[in-house]
Order: sequence, then structure tokens, then C-alpha cells
Amino acid sequence: MIALSDYLTVAAILFGLSVVGMFINRKNIIVLLMCIEMMLLAVNINFIAFSHYLGDVTGQIFVFFILTVAAAEAAIGLAILVVLFRNRGTINVTDMDTLKG
Amino acid sequence: MFDSIQDISLYIVLAPLIGAIIAGLFGGQIGRVGAHTVAILGVAISFVLSALVFKWMVFDGMEPQNFSVYTWLVSEGIRFEIGFLIDELTAMMMVVVTFVSLMVHIYTVGYMSHDEENWPAGSKAGTNSYQRFFSYLSLFTFSMLMLVMANNFLQLFFGWEAVGLVSYLLIGFWSSRESAVFANMKAFLVNRVGDFGFLLGIAAVLMYFGTLDYASVFNAVEHHKDMTITIWPGSEWNIITVIGILLFIGAMGKSAQVPLHVWLPDSMEGPTPISALIHAATMVTAGIFMVARMSPVYELSEVALSFVLVIGAITALFMGLLGLVQHDIKRVVAYSTLSQLGYMTVALGVSAYAAGVFHLMTHAFFKALLFLAAGSVIIAMHHKQDMREMGGLRKYMPITWLTSLIGSLALIGAPGFSGFFSKDSIIEAVGHSTIPGAGFAYFAVLAGVFITALYSFRMYFLVFHGKERMDEHTRSHLHESPRVVTVPLILLAIPSVFIGWAYVGDMVFGDFFINAITVLPEHDVLSEVGFTSAFGMLLHGFVTAPFWLALAGVGVAYYLYMVRTDLPAKIVQLPVIKTLYAILQRNYGFDAFNNLVFGRGSRGLGTGLWKGGDTMLIDGLLVNGTARLVGWFSSVLRRVQSGYLYHYAFAMIIGLLVLFGLFVVA
Amino acid sequence: MNFEMPNFALAMPEMFVLGMACLILLVDLFLNERSRVVTYLLSQATLVGAFILTLSLYTPVRELTFSGTFVLDPMASVLKMAVYAVVFVMFLYTRSYLQARQMFTGEFYTLALFGVLGMMVMISAHSFLTLYLGLELLSLSMYAMVALQRDNRVASEAAMKYFLLGAMASAMLLYGMSMLYGVTGSLDLGEISRAIDEGEIERMLLVFGLVFMLVGVAFKLGAVPFHMWVPDVYHGAPTAVTQFISTAPKIAAFALLIRLLVDGLGGLQSEWHDILVLLAILSISVGNIIAIAQTNIKRMLAYSGIAHAGFLILGVLSGTAEGYAAGMFYVIVYAVMGLAGFGMVLLMSRAGFEADSLEDYKGLNQRNPWFALMVLFIMFSMAGVPPFIGFWAKLAVLQAVVASGLIWLAVLAVIFSVIGAFYYLRVIKLMYFDAPADEARIEPGRELAAVFSGNALVILAMGLFPGALMAICIQAFAL
Repeated sequence: MIALSDYLTVAAILFGLSVVGMFINRKNIIVLLMCIEMMLLAVNINFIAFSHYLGDVTGQIFVFFILTVAAAEAAIGLAILVVLFRNRGTINVTDMDTLKG
Repeated sequence: MFDSIQDISLYIVLAPLIGAIIAGLFGGQIGRVGAHTVAILGVAISFVLSALVFKWMVFDGMEPQNFSVYTWLVSEGIRFEIGFLIDELTAMMMVVVTFVSLMVHIYTVGYMSHDEENWPAGSKAGTNSYQRFFSYLSLFTFSMLMLVMANNFLQLFFGWEAVGLVSYLLIGFWSSRESAVFANMKAFLVNRVGDFGFLLGIAAVLMYFGTLDYASVFNAVEHHKDMTITIWPGSEWNIITVIGILLFIGAMGKSAQVPLHVWLPDSMEGPTPISALIHAATMVTAGIFMVARMSPVYELSEVALSFVLVIGAITALFMGLLGLVQHDIKRVVAYSTLSQLGYMTVALGVSAYAAGVFHLMTHAFFKALLFLAAGSVIIAMHHKQDMREMGGLRKYMPITWLTSLIGSLALIGAPGFSGFFSKDSIIEAVGHSTIPGAGFAYFAVLAGVFITALYSFRMYFLVFHGKERMDEHTRSHLHESPRVVTVPLILLAIPSVFIGWAYVGDMVFGDFFINAITVLPEHDVLSEVGFTSAFGMLLHGFVTAPFWLALAGVGVAYYLYMVRTDLPAKIVQLPVIKTLYAILQRNYGFDAFNNLVFGRGSRGLGTGLWKGGDTMLIDGLLVNGTARLVGWFSSVLRRVQSGYLYHYAFAMIIGLLVLFGLFVVA
Repeated sequence: MNFEMPNFALAMPEMFVLGMACLILLVDLFLNERSRVVTYLLSQATLVGAFILTLSLYTPVRELTFSGTFVLDPMASVLKMAVYAVVFVMFLYTRSYLQARQMFTGEFYTLALFGVLGMMVMISAHSFLTLYLGLELLSLSMYAMVALQRDNRVASEAAMKYFLLGAMASAMLLYGMSMLYGVTGSLDLGEISRAIDEGEIERMLLVFGLVFMLVGVAFKLGAVPFHMWVPDVYHGAPTAVTQFISTAPKIAAFALLIRLLVDGLGGLQSEWHDILVLLAILSISVGNIIAIAQTNIKRMLAYSGIAHAGFLILGVLSGTAEGYAAGMFYVIVYAVMGLAGFGMVLLMSRAGFEADSLEDYKGLNQRNPWFALMVLFIMFSMAGVPPFIGFWAKLAVLQAVVASGLIWLAVLAVIFSVIGAFYYLRVIKLMYFDAPADEARIEPGRELAAVFSGNALVILAMGLFPGALMAICIQAFAL
């Protein structure tokens, strides 16, 4: 039997990995977008696990909303990425430093 | 709209303010005629409504009204409000202020009509000076009304400072003249000294009474009369005495009592209408009004009353003497104002508040009259003010002459004129008083009568009679002033004659001020004087010392300046008189002393503190030092904002981890 | 299974804005460049209509609907009305700016209206679900708005940064929500509050969720150390968008803070109190200090906004109704001042020129004394000088802090706002005492000049009569 804590641990590891990915990655913005997706997935695992063990369906409903929002978010993120690439010809994270100070 | 006293009070106050704003901010657009029309209209509305309030109050027997119209803020239970207290005292002050102000407004149309000549050609400050002048006049009226109608100390202080501000602006109105700028600076500084005391007094009231509202303070005053305060170790002061003296220090500044009187003679640098309105009739009486308003406080402290009395007596006598040696026509009137303010203060000191306030009222009329008449003379003389170059003006300016004569008679207290009733009441009251210092005060006010008569008629004879000493050019242009000037003179002459007769019975000896002024039975000198009618007082007046002293003064003046005109010059050459004359000429050395000790001393101190304390220590080390430190810190910190996304994300994670470590793990 | 019909009436304003936003989206397709003004007018009408609807729904009680996920209480009504008013004024301000930069398009207005809808949902949320949806609707609209000017290099960089950091913050918020859901068993704020009050749940688990959620909220408010996006986004975004981002969403973020911490986690007050103290101190100090070194006025205002967020948090952390009211007062005042602050950048800008450098304000008094006076009002108000409204806002917050016994915190806040006064006063010094570097005439449209002057005068007028707004704020928390 898989215990609740197992799910939570997996989710926490996933979440932690993606958070670390946010600042360790210095190359490609697309990787950052993937990290964000992964964070949301970690949250989804949490919700579903809790929902299952609590016997309460609202958590799973929340997950549907999160998935939808994540899709919208990815769309907007990619759109901004396209704009950025057209303006600068690069999607390197290190090159994004005109605004500072 | 016109049925509630609350609304009317607001209109009375706001009408001049609106006039001032329009004339001041839009003076360039509406032009001269527009400016003086709105200003005069504003004040006229205010005057008519004030008269209406006076009628309700005095003839229709309305109860005193005390209400607030706006609560500015409430802090720690202390309310800061704008409110009005309308009782007989206020009503009387409102009428006096608005009436004199209206007269002065009208007069100004004539007096300032050629104001551009008073500025250097092409002076930028001189543009629209006429409109600006009207704006200031109306602003003054607003401020003075706020002062007299206040029902709390905060508003009193607002009015107090606002009239001071306008006075400052107007003394230095001709800002291209160095002497005017000096004079307004002087007035400003001297008044600051008084205001400092005043503010401390208000602070003491707030501290011990916990409220700024008049009514609450007056109700509570009985409970505080035995409280003491330690000012320096080992000296216990009665709190009422301290408050009374501190507030009176403010009055000394504003009402020009010795030693804070030095600004008033110099204030004559301002245009004459100002001298009439602010520096004779209304603003300088603010101190008198304030003390009368605070009568419930002063009554409980004989020390404070004595202090008031002695200061007033010194002012009344010694400032009158200075009037004898002035050659500038306006300065004579100015010193006479100082002396008369001394009389009012003396009246307050012996608890004859009603007599003091009554003298305030009569004085407002006849002194405004004298000033405006002097102004009329000055216009005719092409802005020359030296009496040695005048003489014989009677036949050129009959109206000015006659009104001046009326004003002078009122001033010296000739029986029947308004000044007689008010001044004699004061003298009689002082004679009956037993408060410490009353003996000296009685001597001072009696001697003052003689001196007043002497300098007043010296001026009168020098200006209107005798040889015509002006140059030929001026003489050929001499003529009576235009009607905007003479009409106010006539209108002011009327109350100067009759107002005393009409009101002395009610105001001084009756119970006119019963709601507004508190007098303890043991201090009630006015009821001891015991006149009941103006007529009785008049008859009595002919047999008392003041009458004969005044007559002697006039006689001496006539002899010295009409019969033996060579004599004054000889008298001042006499050994003792010569020294005395020198002292008087130097204003008892007040100015020299102030310049030397306060002026130069504080400048020395200031320079020392500036160079050593401010520039080096505070600016160099503390202010610029910390600024540099913060600036350096800032430029270091902003590097954290590197522009790199991963640094930003990292900062957030660090933040999260710190919060985690501090609050979850711990 | 019985299906209870929700009380739709309470959400009328939300439905109205949604409907109108969709309508405008459609209508805009059929408009050509010249008749674009219809979009603008319809958007303004939407806000006015929503204002009227919200006003008519105002009740002094608390009503729940949609199975307890939606709440209407006085705070919600007042904050929503403040949002409409702020966005309305923002539209007034930005029209000429947008027209001059080919940004006067339907997208700007529909995105802004969807953003408004997101704020409304956030303000009225009574469940994690609605809170999250409102927040995301607002955030996604704002990401897109920042990048609206497609050929703008810095704007696209700002949008990318904003998007990535914002998404991360939302993910953290969600993670915290999932933990709280797990321990309390509900998404409903009322249920959560009840579960915490029963006291059977391990405190550590609750605080675990709380910390994650606070990261999300602090990000939205722009509190240190979650503020890094603020200067870059304010700076990079077109000024019109900056004006939007910096004002109305702060009001919504305040609502988010209150809903989560007070309505949901009121039982954890002793825990979040300490976290908020830390955030407030950091925000006030870092915001005020870094602002001093700025040469770009948009960045300066961004750091000033961070400091203001710290003050806003100060109000909330006292945990009393007076404190919440002070915080609410502060956020509304801040929105009004923020409008004026970025409004002045809009005013000075012209086609092809952004007046976002401090240099551009040199000698403004000689170029246009009236605008200089208005800017003086704004700067004094932001610095907290009486009699302007900014003074009363700071005073109210500090009073709440002192009342809760944290006098040292109030003293600290005052010290840093004195340091902060430096950079506000520097603008005034530049305007009045320096020679103009740019002699070009300032020619804003009459509409813009009027809105700007009106806004600055409102700052003065509110400062003279602060009582009314304060009373409204106090009433909002009088339940």
C-alpha cells in the first residue's frame, strides 16, 4: 500500500527540483517554462493525494482548474517568448539583463 | 438662508476671504475697478451682517451663541475645531472691525490711486500692486474676524498669526524701499517674541486643562486656581498666573506694550490706510480683546493683573512722551496709539475690562480717523510727512481740518467726545483700584492726559495753523482730497463724537458685557466708580483733574506752537532738557539696545552656531555624513538587483527558506 | 441529490464585467482605426456600470453564495469600487499616450477589463479555488499587457521576467494551498478557519502551508525579498501599463492578504504576525534606501511602491479591525498617489519620448509652474507631509502599530520614511532649483492635463478632509 507520505514526498521532490531548476538554469528560457509546469504538476499530485485520502472530491476539482490555468499560462508564456525572440534574436537567460539596478 | 446665526457667522467670515482671493489671484484679470469692487463688496456684506448680529445680540436680547462649524481633527480626545463664540463682546468687535475696515477700503481707493508712483519704474513687484493691496486688506479683515469670533484657542492663534502675517506683508508693501523691508522684518521678529509666549500660554492651557475650548477652560478654571508649577527648582508658580502672564506676553507683542513696542512706530513705513486699520484701530487691539476675553482666567490671579497693570502704565506714560519729539506726522499718531494702548492695558490690569474694551472701541474710531486725516494731509503734501514743512493747511483742506480737530478732541478726552467717556472711566477705575501698582498707574494715566493733550495739539497746530512752511511747488498744488477720502473721514467722525455718549452707560457701567466678561466682586472697581448715566459723568468730568490737565496741555501747546514759536527750540537747549530730549529722540535706547544685544548678539551666536555647529558638525558630519552613508549603502544594495532572472528567483527562494527556517523549523 | 440554486444577484457586477468584456472583444473586431474610440467608451461605461451595480448591492452584512466560494461584504464592495475608480482614471490618463504609440487597441482595454474581473473575483473570494482563479486571471492579463507593445525590447524582457517569477510565485501559493487543504480538509476559508480554531491540527503543518502562501501574497504586493520583479517590470513596461500594474492590483493584493490571513488563517495570527513584521521592515528599509540611488523615475517610484507595500503590511499585522482599516485606507490612498505618480510621467512624455529620467524634471517650474506645483503635491503626499493624504495614511498605520504595542517598529518605520523623504524632495529640488535640461514645451492634451491636475488636487482635498474615507474603511471592518 502506498502511503500518503509517499505521494507527498514525490511531490516535494518534484517541486524542489523545479525550484532549483529556476535558478540553476542559465541557458534556455524554455527550460524555465518546463520548470513552472513541473511545479504545478507537483502541486497537482499533492491535491490528488490529499483528495483521495480525505475522501473529498474538491481537491480533484481544483486540479482540473489548475490544469486549465496551466495551459493558459503556457500559452501566454510561449507568446511572450516569441515576442522576446523576435526582438532580440536570443532566448538565453543571461542575455536578459538590460533592466537592472 | 439668513435666519440662522450659524450661517450668518460663516458669511461674515467668508465674504472678505472670497474678496481677498478674487482680488489677489485674479487681480490682473479683473483690473483695478474689479478688485476694489469685490473687496469692498465683501467687507460691506460682512459689515451689514455684523450689524445685524449686533442688533440681535444687543437689542433683541439673543443669548450668546457658541457653536463649532468644522472639526479639523480629534487627537487623544482633544478636538481641534473651527467654531464661533458670538456674544456682546464679539458682536461689538465685529462691528468695529468691519466698519473701520469698510471705511479704510473706501479710503484706499483714493489713497492708492497713484500707487505706481511709489515703485521704481518698471518694477516687477509693482505690477498689480493696487489689487494686491486690496487683497491684503480683505485678508486682514477675514483674519481679524476669525480672531475675534473664535471659540477656542487654536482658532484664536490662527487669527493671531494670520493678522500678524498680513501686517508683515503690508508694512513691507513697498518692498522696493529698504526702510520698509527693515520695518516689516522688525515687526515680524518682535512679534515672534510675543507669539512665543502666547504659544507657551496656549500650550500650558492645553496641558493643564486638556482642552482648547474657551467654555470648557473657563468652567474648569476654578478647579485649577491652586495648582502650581515648578518653573525652575525651588520656585513654585501658580498655574493661572503663569498662563495669564504667558498669554499677556503675546498681547504685549501684538498690542505693542513696552518693551515689545518697538515695531509699531516703524510700522508706519506701510501705506497710511494700513496704519489706520491695522496699526491703530484693530489688530493692535487684539491683545486687549484677548485679555478681556480671558477675564475669567485673569480674575483669579492678582499677580498677573498687576503685571498687566504695570506694563500698561509704563507704556501709557513713556510712549506718550515720545510723541512730543516726533516730526513725522504719522509717527506722532503712532506714539499716541502706543500710549492709548497703554491706557487700555491699564484698564485690564485693574479689572475694568469693560472700560478697556470701551476705550478700544472709541479709540478705533477716532484713531482711524486721525490716521486717515493724516493720510489725507500726506496726499495733499505729495507724500511728505514732516510737520516742520506743513502749517496753515486749514484753509486748503476744510474737511480734513475739521475731522482732525474732532479726532484730536476725542483723543485728549474733551468732555462730551467719545474719548472722554472711555478714558475718564479708565482713570476713575484706576483711582479706585487697590491692586499692587495701582498708585503708580494712577499717576501715569493722569500725567498721560496732559502729555496726550500736548502732543495732539502740537501736531494739530503745526499742521493746520500757523505759517505755511511748505515749498512753493507744493503749496500751489494744495487742495482738499477727493471724496473717497473725505467721506470715510466724515463717517468716522460721527462715532468719534457720539459713540461714547451713546454707550458708556450700558457698556461700562451697565451689564452689557455680563455674559462675556467675568469680574470678581472684590475687583469690581467700575461699580465703585458708580456713574449711571453719561450725563452725570459729563457733569462730573468738568470738575476733575483730567479735564484741567487736558486743558493745560492744549494751552501749553497753543503757547509754544502758536504764540512763541521760537520757544521749543530754546527749551531743548536747556541742560537737563537737552539730555532728556536726546533720550527721547533715541526712543529711550530701546532700538540701540535691541540692535546691540539681540541683533548683533544673536547674529554673532547665529554665525558661531552656523559655522561651527551647523556647517561643520551637523551638515558636515551628521547630515551629509549620514546622507553619504545612506547613498553609499543604496548604491551597494542596488547591485543586488542585477538584472539576471536567476538571481531574482534565487532571492525568492532564499526568502522562502529564511521564513521556513525562522518560523517552521524553530 | 438536491441542487441549490446559488444567489446570482450577489455576483451581478462580475457577470456584468465579464459580459461586457466579451462584448467589447467582439465589437472591437468590427471597428476600424478611427472608430476605436467606441471601445474606449464602452470600457469606461463598463466600469461605470459595474460601479453602480456594486453600489446598489452594498450591504453592511456578509453574504455568501456559490456554495460558499463567493462572499460579498462591505470590504469587498468598497475595494471593488476603488478598483473601478482607479482603472477608470487610468483609462482617462492613458488614452493619448496609447494613441501616440499605436497601442490604442482593443486588446489593451479587454485585457484591462479581464484584469479588473480577476481583481473582483479575488476581492470576493471565499475559497482557495476562487482566490487562485481570480489571481491567475489578473496575472495572465497583466503579463500580456506588459508585452503589448510587440516591438519594444525592454518591455518584452520585463514581460518575460514578470511572467516567470509570477508563475513561480503562484506555484508556491498553490503548494501552500495544497498543504492547507491536506491538513484542514477543505478549500473553503470559513471551514479552514473553523478547523484551525478547533486546535487539533499540528501547528507546524499549518505554518508550513502559511509560509508558502505568504510568498505568493508578498510577491503580489511586491514585498522584500519577493520584490525583485517590481523595478524591472515598472521600468520596462509601457508607462500606461505600469500605471495599471502599480495601482489597482495592489488593492486586490490587499484583499488577498485579508482573505487569506484574516478570513482563513485568523487562528494563526501569532505566527503570521511575526512573518509580516519581518516583511514590513525589509520592504520599508530596502525600498526607501535603494530608491535613493535611482536615476529613472519609474524605477524610483517602483522602489517607493515597495516601501509603501511595507507600510500597508504594517497596518495589517496589528491584527485589529483598526489596523485592517488603516491598511485599507493606505492601499486606496497609495493607489490614488500611484496614479498621480505615473500620471506625471505620462504627462511629460510625448510621441517617441518617455520622460522617465529624473533629469527630465529639471526646471519644470520654469517650463510649467502649474504642473510643477501639482508634482510638488504628489511628492509631498508620497513623502507623508501634511496636509496631504499620504500623511494621514501613514499616521493611521502608525497609530495601529503603536496601539498594538510595537513602538519600536513604528519608530523604525518613521526613520526610514524620513530617509525616503530624500528622494521625493529631490524631485522637488530638481523642479524648482535646477535649470531645465529640456526646453521643449509640455503639451499634454487637455484631458490629460485636467485628469492630472484633478488627481493632484484630490490628493490635497482628501488630505484636508480625510474623515470620510477613513470612516468608510472603518465601517468595512466593523462586522
